[in-house]
Amino acid sequence: MSTAGFTPLIELSGVNKHYGQLHVLQDIDLTVGRGEVVVVIGPSGSGKSTLCRAINRLEPVESGTITIDGVPLPEEGRGLAMLRAEVGMVFQSFNLFAHKTVLQNVTLAPLKVRKRGKEEAERKARDLLDRVGLASQADKYPAQLSGGQQQRVAIARALAMDPKALLFDEPTSALDPEMINEVLDVMRQLAREGMTMVVVTHEMGFARASANRVVFMADGRILEDRPPEEFFGSPSTERAKDFLSKILKH
Amino acid sequence: MKVLTDNFSIYWHGFLGTLELTVVSAVLALLLGVLTASFRVSPVRPLRAFGTGWVTVLRNTPLTLLFFVVVLGLPRFDIVLPFFTFAVLALGCYTSAFVCEALRSGINTVPSGQGEAARSLGMTFGQTLGTVVLPQAYRSVVAPIGSVMIALAKNTAIAGSFSVVELLGTYRTINELGYSILWTFVWIAVGYLIITLAISAIFNLLERRAAVSR
Repeated sequence: MSTAGFTPLIELSGVNKHYGQLHVLQDIDLTVGRGEVVVVIGPSGSGKSTLCRAINRLEPVESGTITIDGVPLPEEGRGLAMLRAEVGMVFQSFNLFAHKTVLQNVTLAPLKVRKRGKEEAERKARDLLDRVGLASQADKYPAQLSGGQQQRVAIARALAMDPKALLFDEPTSALDPEMINEVLDVMRQLAREGMTMVVVTHEMGFARASANRVVFMADGRILEDRPPEEFFGSPSTERAKDFLSKILKH
Repeated sequence: MKVLTDNFSIYWHGFLGTLELTVVSAVLALLLGVLTASFRVSPVRPLRAFGTGWVTVLRNTPLTLLFFVVVLGLPRFDIVLPFFTFAVLALGCYTSAFVCEALRSGINTVPSGQGEAARSLGMTFGQTLGTVVLPQAYRSVVAPIGSVMIALAKNTAIAGSFSVVELLGTYRTINELGYSILWTFVWIAVGYLIITLAISAIFNLLERRAAVSR
């Protein structure tokens, strides 16, 4: 799965963020190598979603540095937009553009940001929709699709930008149980193909099978950062043991 | 009826004056309104402050006072323009504050995830606003902007006191000629109704069209 030689793609160091009194991110250091799949788990309120959103600065941070492929994330403006184009994001609530068809959702950013030709963008979009099994839905509007289908479109939309990495912010948490697998299947395939992924999720099966590393967060800190077999086999912190015993029992 | 037929040319000129004032000021108000609304939601603090200041000052100033500021104030800076242009400036800027606020409330109805998704794809602020947020806000702002435009049409009456030919001002001439003041005003009211009902009809149409396109 991981390529030979570790080259860092996403690097966070000393990242801090508060929401009022709450210190949601406390001195976060995290490095994600090219081609790595890092799964972030932890109880709700632990800061894992905030961490994920901080990587492309949807959440501004107060201190620390975040670099993508060696380039520090700019504060605002065009430079930040350009860097965001390199990092795809998949949201819990899909966030497909409600006024655009599935095909337009996938082609919008390649047309506007990458300035690709219409024909090229559409060809690529149809390929990607085919890959996520939705080629036949290209002309529908998001509201006409099921949650699982919408999330697969959202993944295709992110992939259309040829991103260097993908961020998943609880991609299956808003889905009915029967639809979770169709989304996870797509994610597993991406992981096999060597896509760099940071995945915030509660899907322990996915973490076990597809992650190179599991990052366990609680109360705004990273408590563990280890390969999944070690983490699930013998978690080293009490907090992680407690968390795992609660979610794995049922 | 005699009041209308005898003075048709006076009425007609007044009517055209009001119509022209309304249309030109509306265009200015819409342009400035979109601009200031985008300032008010932009990530750049000075722009946000400017937008807020613009709305606060213009929305809370009586329109007549604003006319005085423009007509008496600008010439002091050697800006001497035709009265019609002065009137368009006053009406357009004043109305833009209301357009801005209608747009901003529309923008706020669009879920924040839409903008986040656009930004996460590398779209700039302008692209996010123009291709994702404003098109979705459009449906909910059509009706309130229609009301703002109707108010604008009626506000043009103030320009008559500042040497601009418009519908309400025609009563002076017609009254001097000795016609019944009551009927003079009835026909003026009909003129305003034609304009305001036309605006209503246009915005009803826009609203229905917006509803059809999802």
